[in-house]
Amino acid sequence: MKKKVLLFVLSVVLVLSVLSGCGTKETSGNDSSDVIKIGVLEPMTGSSAAGGEMTVEGIKLANEKVSTVLGKKVQLVIVDNKSDKVEAANAASRLVDKDKVVAIIGSYGSSLSMAAGDIVKNAKVPAVGCSPTNPLVTLNNDYYFRVCFIDPFQGTVMANYAFNDLGAKKAAIIQDVQQDYSVGLSSYFKKAFVELAGSESSIVGESSYNTGDQDFSAQLTNIKSLNPDVIFAPGNYGESALLIKQARELGITVPILGGDTWEAEEFLEIGGDAVEGAVYSTHFTSESPVTEVSKTFLEDYRNKFNKEANAFAALGYDAYMIIIDAIEKAGEADSVLIRDNIAATEGFIGATGNISLDINGDAVKSAVINKVQNGKFGYLTTIEPIK
Amino acid sequence: MNKEFLQHMANGISLGSLYALIAIGYTMVYGILRLINFAHGDIFMLGVYLTFYGITYTSIPWYIVFILASVITGFLGVTLERLAYKPLRGSPRITILISAIGASFLLQNAGVLVFGGRPKAFPTPEVFNKVISIGEISVALVNFIIPIVTLILLVILNFFIQKTRTGMAMRALSKDYEAASLMGIDINNTISITFFIGSFLAAVGGIMWGIKYPQLMPHMGVLPGLKCFIAAVIGGIGSISGAVLGGFILGLGEILLIAFLPSLTGYRDAFAFILLIIILLVKPTGLMGEKIAEKV
Repeated sequence: MKKKVLLFVLSVVLVLSVLSGCGTKETSGNDSSDVIKIGVLEPMTGSSAAGGEMTVEGIKLANEKVSTVLGKKVQLVIVDNKSDKVEAANAASRLVDKDKVVAIIGSYGSSLSMAAGDIVKNAKVPAVGCSPTNPLVTLNNDYYFRVCFIDPFQGTVMANYAFNDLGAKKAAIIQDVQQDYSVGLSSYFKKAFVELAGSESSIVGESSYNTGDQDFSAQLTNIKSLNPDVIFAPGNYGESALLIKQARELGITVPILGGDTWEAEEFLEIGGDAVEGAVYSTHFTSESPVTEVSKTFLEDYRNKFNKEANAFAALGYDAYMIIIDAIEKAGEADSVLIRDNIAATEGFIGATGNISLDINGDAVKSAVINKVQNGKFGYLTTIEPIK
Repeated sequence: MNKEFLQHMANGISLGSLYALIAIGYTMVYGILRLINFAHGDIFMLGVYLTFYGITYTSIPWYIVFILASVITGFLGVTLERLAYKPLRGSPRITILISAIGASFLLQNAGVLVFGGRPKAFPTPEVFNKVISIGEISVALVNFIIPIVTLILLVILNFFIQKTRTGMAMRALSKDYEAASLMGIDINNTISITFFIGSFLAAVGGIMWGIKYPQLMPHMGVLPGLKCFIAAVIGGIGSISGAVLGGFILGLGEILLIAFLPSLTGYRDAFAFILLIIILLVKPTGLMGEKIAEKV
């Protein structure tokens, strides 16, 4: 009896596998002729999952809006880099070697983008980052671009806010040593703050932790004893929310500032009441649309996802549109030609503003400062780029 | 300086008792079955998620959800044993160990599929967030509750194992599996009870973890699982009081390392593993472990 059941199951599996084999063959037959593949390299699981998912939402929306280019259908190949540098390199290799994409969008997270840097450079496949802000992502890499500003600007914006708006004279820094984003942004903040305050001793303490840490009580106890006026703690939304929660539990009451990665629902949910008043810089806000494209983007996003779009969705949308624009100008789906046209992007009107790429492939754009108010991200002000 | 030191000690004790709580379940399964249940951390994760769904999507009061989730997690542990370990009973120990690692990966990835990759926030009942200040030290209420829960469970468990008939059966099983079954001990039942208690404790630890660090991810059990395994080895794997001692040593050690040698923060997790290696080299049976006489 048991044997018969087993035989039956095995034969069903066999038949199914033959059938599914046929199915994949058919689609792969179509692939080369009338489909243009764009790879999407984003963290869908792990510590940056929320950031990746929000970006992908924006990319999918853009793909729905403009689903063909040069008369061919655009197919998104989404791979999960699991918020892990090694996985990011593997995923990028898979995109260029196996899926043969003509261009790549991503990744959220500077370290994850940098892990893919050499792979896209050697394969001569252009990559457009949505929100990796560390300068090293595009530096000395002709094939990496981005549609966001970079950390020297972001760090300066937050140092100015701390010094001028909050009147802080002493600042402490807590950074995630495993994230190039956090380390880079902290050092630019430090440089700008020291310049403003006019003395090295204005940074009273620097402390660090690792991605994935849950307990920050030791670092915070040390910081508390130094009595800073403000704490700058850029890092993943999850770790940062826990950090702020624990800071408040330890009786630290000074303002805590961060960077663009804080903009995720999870930051508010995990942090709860503790993150009230937290201030961070970001790329875009739905409260102050900058271009006509922003308005249509916000409306389309609302219709599709039934919520307000945030900076990452908008950047994902823009990255996709810039690649499509470059393919159109190139006239054919050739990676190197697409790369040249992306590099030449000038005055492109996107959801997040006018995008012109400089010599390094970075966008020069304004920054938005947001503050958590009544359990929501609230808009404070917009800071124009330094000319 | 003094008040910071006291605050560091308070932080360390609270983290240590959390490690201890999870390590108890780990060490218990090992002590009785000689099986390192690598899926313990993932059972812990299931417990936290069950609590999350119970509080978020039902109107059952949180304290009942805590109990229900722990009991259900206990039964999940029993199911895991039935599916992944029981068919291999009698095989070489390494086979079951590999099965345990497989079960761990399966649970993690099933977690990603079912719960999603994005983190969820643990719906902490308001009472636990109350901050208590004693002089210059301030800690959230949950940090007082965790050591108390750990100590209560330690006492109950010791009583259960030393004084009840089921406990006696467990001890018999751990000494000699075959002889115990010849003496009329219901092996299957006893092993199921062991897994039930181990998984129940994992869930209790998970709930406490969720209250203290309210970030839920499908992979959240991996590192606590490993650390608590280390805590169990330090204390002497198989010894319940040893697991508690090991947990405290690890928790305090980690906090004091970061507090006084901030430049070594990056080595926080490495510290735990270095401690593991040292213990295995110097005193393989752990601080409170029994000396195992090798039969020749």
